[in-house]
Amino acid sequence: MSSEVLPPPSDLHGVTSSPQALRSYLHGLPGVDAVGLEARAAALGTRSIKTTAKAYAIDLAISMIDLTTLEGADTAGKVRALCAKGVRPDPTDRTAPRVAAICVYGDMVGVAKDALAAAGGPEVHVAAVATAFPSGRAARSVKLADTAEAVAAGADEIDMVIDRGAFLSGRYLDVFEEIQAVKAACVRADGTRAHLKVIFENGELSTYDNIRRCSWLAMLAGADFIKTSTGKVGVNATPPNTLVMLEAVRDFRRATGVQVGVKPAGGIRTAKDAVKYLVMVNETLGDDWLSPEWFRFGASSLLNDLLMQRQKLSTGRYSGPDYVTVD
Amino acid sequence: MAHQKFAYAPAPESRAVVDLAPSYGLFIDGEFAEAADGRVFKSVSPSTEEVLAEVAHAGEADVDRAVRAARKAFGTWSALPGAERGKYLFRIARILQERSRELAVLETLDNGKPIRETRDVDLPLVAAHFFYYAGWADKLAYAGCGPDPRPLGVAGQVIPWNFPLLMLAWKVAPALAAGNTVVLKPAETTPLSALFFADVCRQAGLPRGVVNILTGYGDAGAALVAHEGVDKVAFTGSTEVGKAIARTVAGSRKKVTLELGGKAANIVFDDAPVDQAVEGIVNGIFFNQGHVCCAGSRLLVQESVQEEVLDALKRRMSTLRVGDPLDKNTDIGAINSAEQLARITALAEAGEAEGAQRWAPRCELPESGYWFAPTLFTGVTQAHRIAREEIFGPVLSVLTFRTPAEAVEKANNTPYGLSAGIWTEKGSRILSMASKLRAGVVWANTFNKFDPTSPFGGYKESGYGREGGRHGLAAYLAEPGESTSGRGEEVGELDR
Repeated sequence: MSSEVLPPPSDLHGVTSSPQALRSYLHGLPGVDAVGLEARAAALGTRSIKTTAKAYAIDLAISMIDLTTLEGADTAGKVRALCAKGVRPDPTDRTAPRVAAICVYGDMVGVAKDALAAAGGPEVHVAAVATAFPSGRAARSVKLADTAEAVAAGADEIDMVIDRGAFLSGRYLDVFEEIQAVKAACVRADGTRAHLKVIFENGELSTYDNIRRCSWLAMLAGADFIKTSTGKVGVNATPPNTLVMLEAVRDFRRATGVQVGVKPAGGIRTAKDAVKYLVMVNETLGDDWLSPEWFRFGASSLLNDLLMQRQKLSTGRYSGPDYVTVD
Repeated sequence: MAHQKFAYAPAPESRAVVDLAPSYGLFIDGEFAEAADGRVFKSVSPSTEEVLAEVAHAGEADVDRAVRAARKAFGTWSALPGAERGKYLFRIARILQERSRELAVLETLDNGKPIRETRDVDLPLVAAHFFYYAGWADKLAYAGCGPDPRPLGVAGQVIPWNFPLLMLAWKVAPALAAGNTVVLKPAETTPLSALFFADVCRQAGLPRGVVNILTGYGDAGAALVAHEGVDKVAFTGSTEVGKAIARTVAGSRKKVTLELGGKAANIVFDDAPVDQAVEGIVNGIFFNQGHVCCAGSRLLVQESVQEEVLDALKRRMSTLRVGDPLDKNTDIGAINSAEQLARITALAEAGEAEGAQRWAPRCELPESGYWFAPTLFTGVTQAHRIAREEIFGPVLSVLTFRTPAEAVEKANNTPYGLSAGIWTEKGSRILSMASKLRAGVVWANTFNKFDPTSPFGGYKESGYGREGGRHGLAAYLAEPGESTSGRGEEVGELDR
């Protein structure tokens, strides 16, 4: 990938030419009817996924996990343990797939890179949260430095938070420009670029109309992925707010030819929930998005439930939580 | 579809929860009995053409017997305190909930509709109707029908095959709450859930004769409607039969309510929430294979968003899963009968012959049973037969309009007037459209939503009278000062 100035990925240049133009474009998008959206998400949640389909879904879900630790108390030891788990999720069953990425704070990127290499899983990505995660409340220079340091330390992916204050006060172009700036900061010394995931914090955006507008805003600015939330607020990923984003990436590809990934994060803890999200992806976007390249789960405890379900499918019985690792 | 990455494995609901007998009789005066002349007919499963059971074929003599039983029971039933009648209705509602899985599977077997609809829509609504009207039984004086409302007498009720148990609930629950007794004839293609309901009545200890079920064909329905002992006729079904019933009862003392056909307009404006509108369009016409009298069978889409909406609709239709109705992942089940399939096929062919463009997603239909792929016609105008006649199947006709006034004009330009839908983000437009549309129900940013508290009924050839809510109760109560046929022949101890 080149290090040139990164233009919007679409032919919709004009819409970002002024704050007014961007505002009227985003407000001209079709509205979202909350009742209908929630009904649709609930209906998709009633699909009955059994036997072969369930086995497929569980392995797919494991391979899509960004195994995450984002605590103030994170240590190198904690991160190394998580990396080992990401590479070998089930020590008793080597057919269990590896996770997609290990998601950590920027200062742990180096530790995670080394640990993954040592564990024999260098292909597992390291994702770093950046831009004053989770609040996003810092000077832009700080956010860009935060990003650049994580990239320099070897992060394959950057999970940035948007400035919700700017979004909610209607300064869409500021948000747009900040995403573009962070994307430019994702460029490495060798000219390649870390993938950029843009976190909205849906719980704070509050309305589905806002989430749809924010999706388009982030995609116009060049997001590789759009992500629901930080996992640090009351409302994180929900099936309806994720569905809005799935519909947005579908419509964006139709309008521009550019495909963008989606990552729900926070509160997805059970295999049953994960399968419901996969059903939503399957029936809204289809095969094209059913891979770790285009869909991720941001989660920490989801993996163990998937592993327990996986063991249940292969042995016919539940062994219990002591048969999966606690890391 | 095997080429998909994420193919859902079959998830069939077990039919072992339904204990089907090889044959069933008529339910008269609390007993199952053969038809007087011993005739029977078969009920088949539309998805497999398997014979499910033989049921008695009621004739005139049986109608007479059932009406007499209902007349006899009327005296004691109507004399019960409302709270007592309410107890029976609450009991029925609870038993329906307890047996809902069994009844959902039975309905799916007999009707061909998907289990996710019987399980998630039909049965919860059936129980809700009984609970709702049970609550009214001791509050009739507060229903707005005068201070001392009286029941009408014996209700003769004829119901269709599209929602067999739900239509039964719509008819039986308000009738019993108001103190009437009933003779009900289910459709000949879907008699089984009504017979299971007879068993529910026995389980609830309902006094004999209060509910009588006659399985049979149109002749039995005609005899019931014409019977001297019937005070109130309630019918849901085709406009053609509704007209015949209106002629039969004209000039008699009988009261009548008719819920007939429809050709509802589902109107999508350019500022509609597109994804939810598409869901609403799909739900409006493909719910229950389009076997819905209030189905949104005419899509009126504003020309400026026609392409966008149709693209989204086709994409969504391609994800509909057609097939085994007992599979929990099936969205569209079987057409109810060979006759209905022939009618849908003929009208779809007429659509093509008259120049409309036909489109259907690729889907493999099972080899046995009656099936019709979800179908879309574009380029339809008011002059096409498929825009005027009720198809009663999964066939959507797409028309366009330019202005709200044109939308109203086209929506109202039909002999029917049962329902309509409006899709727009603008609240004032919803209100202004709703007041101009001549339809009994107008849904805004949703479609096919039902609730026992909400009255339902039509304009013009969609019938008269209302079911549901207090209005539905009023249809089974005499107006103040109105004479009724009086109490039953025998008033005495409840004959259990």
